[in-house]
Amino acid sequence: MAFYLAFKEIWHSRGRYLLIAGIVALITTLVLFIAALAEGLGNGNREYLQKLNGELIVYQQGVDLSISASRLGRSTLAAVRRVEGVAQAGQVNFSSSTLVFSDGREALDVSLVGVEPGLPGEPPAFQGNNLSRGRANEAILDRNTALRANLQVGDTIVVKSTQGTEEKQYPLAVTGITDGRQYFLQPSIFVPMQTWEKVRPGGGEIPAGSELVSNIIAVRLADPAQLPAVQARLLAEVSDIETADRTTAYEATPGYSAQQSTLNTQRYFTLLIGILVIGGFFQIQTLQKIAQIGMLKAIGTTNGIVALAAIVQIVAVNTLGVLIGAAGSLLLSLTFPVQVPIVFTPNAVIASVLALLIIGPLGGLVSVWALSRVEPLRALGLAQ
Amino acid sequence: MTVALRTENISKHYGSGPDAVTAVDNVTFEVAEGEFVALVGPSGSGKTSLLAMLAGLLTPSDGKILIEGQDMGRMSDRRRTQFRRKAIGFTFQSNNLVPYLTAQDNVELMLRLNGKHTKSTRARAAELLERLGLGSRLDHFPSELSGGQQQRVAIARALIHEPAVVLADEPTASLDTTLAHQVVETFAHLIHEQRRAGIMVTHDLRMTRYVDRVIQMKDGKLNRILTERHEIDALSQQGM
Ligand SMILES: Nc1ncnc2c1ncn2[C@@H]1O[C@H](COP(=O)(O)OP(=O)(O)OP(=O)(O)O)[C@@H](O)[C@H]1O
Ligand SMILES: [Mg+2]
Repeated sequence: MAFYLAFKEIWHSRGRYLLIAGIVALITTLVLFIAALAEGLGNGNREYLQKLNGELIVYQQGVDLSISASRLGRSTLAAVRRVEGVAQAGQVNFSSSTLVFSDGREALDVSLVGVEPGLPGEPPAFQGNNLSRGRANEAILDRNTALRANLQVGDTIVVKSTQGTEEKQYPLAVTGITDGRQYFLQPSIFVPMQTWEKVRPGGGEIPAGSELVSNIIAVRLADPAQLPAVQARLLAEVSDIETADRTTAYEATPGYSAQQSTLNTQRYFTLLIGILVIGGFFQIQTLQKIAQIGMLKAIGTTNGIVALAAIVQIVAVNTLGVLIGAAGSLLLSLTFPVQVPIVFTPNAVIASVLALLIIGPLGGLVSVWALSRVEPLRALGLAQ
Repeated sequence: MTVALRTENISKHYGSGPDAVTAVDNVTFEVAEGEFVALVGPSGSGKTSLLAMLAGLLTPSDGKILIEGQDMGRMSDRRRTQFRRKAIGFTFQSNNLVPYLTAQDNVELMLRLNGKHTKSTRARAAELLERLGLGSRLDHFPSELSGGQQQRVAIARALIHEPAVVLADEPTASLDTTLAHQVVETFAHLIHEQRRAGIMVTHDLRMTRYVDRVIQMKDGKLNRILTERHEIDALSQQGM
């Protein structure tokens, strides 16, 4: 009975109900894209650190987990390696640079990451090979770099750097391609430490005998479960350092937390707007229907049927809107070029869709309550 | 004569203390099966209040109402709603029909509510609408029907589930004279033929010529009851 009334009415006013489903679809699209943007931008900031093949990151003391401010020398590295529970440790350096192409392809800004071949910090090459040795003119590209500049293993890339007052170009052979490892919102390339010193902006040939300095040291533990203990030992045995696990490290990167919380706030506000829109629509419907509902109750329709019919309508219209919106968003996302930082992850999509499926009934509660309060006496023009 | 509806000393007071209004004052009467009664009286005399109590929509302050021997005052709210949809048929002054259901579906609504929606009852609904001159309007929505056609759909809805009592609140209020006569005449005919107890509230004394008895209210009391044909016809003439 409730379903009969609910769907007869929807069908009769299908234009109006389709309109509200369309609005729900747009809200769904907005929520999903905000979630995807949060994920995409978040990835851009954290991917490298999140996937790092080491459990701990060592910083210079007093830099408040700022990678760019931190400087650690080989002596600190040696001290870190001596600590019990540390399996391996490698220096990692970060800089920004530009890849240029002679064939008219657009120059690409990248994060230039210096790593020690074979040690924590160097990402695994999923295609091709890892870096061979400390001075090799080689690079591993992250997936984003390879996609955006259309590069393959065996290609040669040219890094352009301003050193002193000169602009220099350094050709590097692509030995391998790893998965998405962006850093600082840029696609990245990974080069050996000494090569990094040479090709980075402001770098150049290293004077013989000088100490290799890096921003951080990536540490792999013999037993990841011992993380707190090793962390404590590091702090006790190595002077002038700070440490952080991977999550703490990427959350401390500049702007990361502020950006994520801004996007989350937007997402919650959009959901709230959804509740208000659906609630408002059904409340207006309800107000227009009071006389009719009074008549239905007078002829013997129970409150339960009236309320259930309203809930069925709200759920049906909301679900239709969410499904259209979700399908539309996913189709739309396929048309986005790779440089747009939008990433749909199943978890985020499912969580958003569930939240959206709940907001409809939530928004409609007021009108269901209002419907249940309509007195059948109204049908006779009397009300108590 | 089988009594379909009986009231015993029912009263309705609104409010309390010095502001209290006695809308219906100690009213007792009976309506038999197959009898059509008009409830008339000046504005404020308590007609609607009385009808609402007969409908089980308003609880009497005193007294009791029996429909087919069952005391509505002793039923739970839920039970009373079920009883109402089974034993009572309604037509209202306005907002009679569900706007998103066709004429046929509006009539069948009473069958659906009562769980009696079958192929044969559906055919009966169509037949009843045809007898009311709406054979070509079965699939029309209320907004596509005239006021008189809407009232006739409401009459069909009030009768289709074979209720003991049919209550009509000002069924001719929005109709012109010719239509009003047609509608009430058909209504009276069906009530007599199907042996329902019909009660119609009306302001229009001319409509009393189609009823068997006129109950005239004044200040909440039964003022006069006209049962003789010539009395009723005289009253109906007054309305002209
Ligand atoms: N909810 C209420 N609260 C207080 N008094 C009421 C209420 N409803 C009706 N009354 C009063 O009860 C009396 C009877 O009203 P009722 O509506 O039953 O009369 P009526 O005969 O139907 O009048 P009309 O012909 O104008 O429709 C009137 O004096 C009215 O003012
Ligand atoms: Mg009245």
